[in-house]
Amino acid sequence: MSIMHDKNNLLKPAKIKAIKHPNYTVTAVLATIAVFAILGALYMTMMIALKSPSDMTNVLAWPKQFQWSNFTSAWQMTDFPLMFRNTLFITAWNIIFTIITNSAAAYAITRYRKQSRFFNLLYYYFISAMFIPFNVIMLPLVREVSAFHMDNDFGMTFLYIIFGMPLNIFLYSGFVKQIPVALEEAAVMDGAKPYQVFFKVIFPLMAPMHATVAILSFMWTWNDFLMPLVLLSDPKQQTLQLAQYVFQGQFSTNYNLAFASYVLVLAPVLIMYVFFQRYIISGVLTGSVKG
Amino acid sequence: MSGRNNYETGSKKISLTFYLMTVPMAILFFIFHTIPFLRGVFYSFTDWKGFGNWHFVGLRNYGYMFSNADIGSAYGFTFKFAVFATIFVNVIALLIALGLTSKIKFQNTLKAVYFLPYMLGTLIVGFIFNFIFGNLLPDLGKALHWSFLTTNILGTSHAWIGILIVTIWQGLAFNTLIYMSGLQSVSPELYEAASLDGAGAWKKFWRITFPLIAPFFTINLVLSVKGYLMVFDQIMAMTSGGPGNSTTSISVLIYTQGFQGSQFAIQSANAVVLFLIVAGVFLFQLNVLNKREDRIEN
Repeated sequence: MSIMHDKNNLLKPAKIKAIKHPNYTVTAVLATIAVFAILGALYMTMMIALKSPSDMTNVLAWPKQFQWSNFTSAWQMTDFPLMFRNTLFITAWNIIFTIITNSAAAYAITRYRKQSRFFNLLYYYFISAMFIPFNVIMLPLVREVSAFHMDNDFGMTFLYIIFGMPLNIFLYSGFVKQIPVALEEAAVMDGAKPYQVFFKVIFPLMAPMHATVAILSFMWTWNDFLMPLVLLSDPKQQTLQLAQYVFQGQFSTNYNLAFASYVLVLAPVLIMYVFFQRYIISGVLTGSVKG
Repeated sequence: MSGRNNYETGSKKISLTFYLMTVPMAILFFIFHTIPFLRGVFYSFTDWKGFGNWHFVGLRNYGYMFSNADIGSAYGFTFKFAVFATIFVNVIALLIALGLTSKIKFQNTLKAVYFLPYMLGTLIVGFIFNFIFGNLLPDLGKALHWSFLTTNILGTSHAWIGILIVTIWQGLAFNTLIYMSGLQSVSPELYEAASLDGAGAWKKFWRITFPLIAPFFTINLVLSVKGYLMVFDQIMAMTSGGPGNSTTSISVLIYTQGFQGSQFAIQSANAVVLFLIVAGVFLFQLNVLNKREDRIEN
């Protein structure tokens, strides 16, 4: 089944004709659930983040007075700028290097799988590694990584790039298969070297799959908790998620500070979602229906 | 296949560039993924504590797993959780997807809202629900005199239901998206034809919709089972495995006993068993998926 077809279907703006007689009951039920169950939780989070501790008798009520200082306190207390920089460092470098290295590997493997037993073997090697979740290898991995002195942000970025390969090679490979080989042959005729063919012809054509891989990598690294938890030893190198876990004890009963810091962590993702919602949804969909 | 084009099958010699694109990455992958995996399997046959001397102990760690109450309870909790979470998430997600793909108003806005929980880190979602279970619901229970709400469910023997609710809240987003893409690939003409033949809504669902979205159902099922067998973040955020060890999942046990306790080798065996279960689920998926797609294509 063609992925493109599904994606187009989902992304198609609401069917104009069908909307002539909307089903108001279904609309009302879905809207009610959305407002109470999903937006309600976020509304509560925002309200608590904006209240003072003395204003907590009804957490769902509008704050008597907006306590914006909760955010500045949480900002300082959790060392937010540092944690944000760490997380951004890991996420950005992971996305950049994943796209370059994984797409190149997938391209070479896909183009030579039929001709070379070696490349075919590599394909199955990477694909079969999808069977091995991180939780299964984390005990020996942590030993190995600290022996190499890679228990830091740099090492973790490196591991994300490596560990993403099975899924990404699978995704890129499916895409490369659809690119006509004639394009490459024409470039070779014009005297292009193989790396030029890849970077000038193939790499730009892979743009839609780069977007999918970038989105999936972003979601994974930004929200990951387990790998930072088991790998990072230096408190100065913590990510946003790990820092939230570490500071949970220090907030103890000051829910307002705690929730202000949750909002600080959720805000970048929510802002991204508002602007790139369509791309994110189609990226996740391509990634999963393919993967 | 043969002779379809020169580029793929013609020239025998593969440029060095293509080896440079793959071999270094494959070596790194081997060092940081395959070797840890093999070492884990190796340690599972030893009595290594994570430091000092070790001896081969054969299958003793695996035998210990079956007799140890903590490990037994972790498997019990994880399976129970994975089964319930998979069922609830998939049934509710399918209902929401049916609603969202029907003729409704504000369709795009509602879609966007239902997918939103997927974006949020599970840890933070867990913290937010900690407050809901610990403060909001008990306050509400007291105000309404509903005694079952007045205690924090996470402190009771029903704590696993609290974990389940958070998981459903967040997990629905992804599964709904997949079902929606399946439902939108079903041609409306089929329904019209069925209506002309006098088929009711229920019959239309079982005879037309469900068979056509079956591949999407399989994807969801397998990804759900795999994800929920690994459950970790929400437990660390909400109960840390308690009260007692009632919500300690397999992954939580590997983490707490393998890193902080002295059960490095035993938890390595535990990880190997977890791997075998996940691999089994994957293989099952490949078989079922392939068979189904063959059936549809033929």
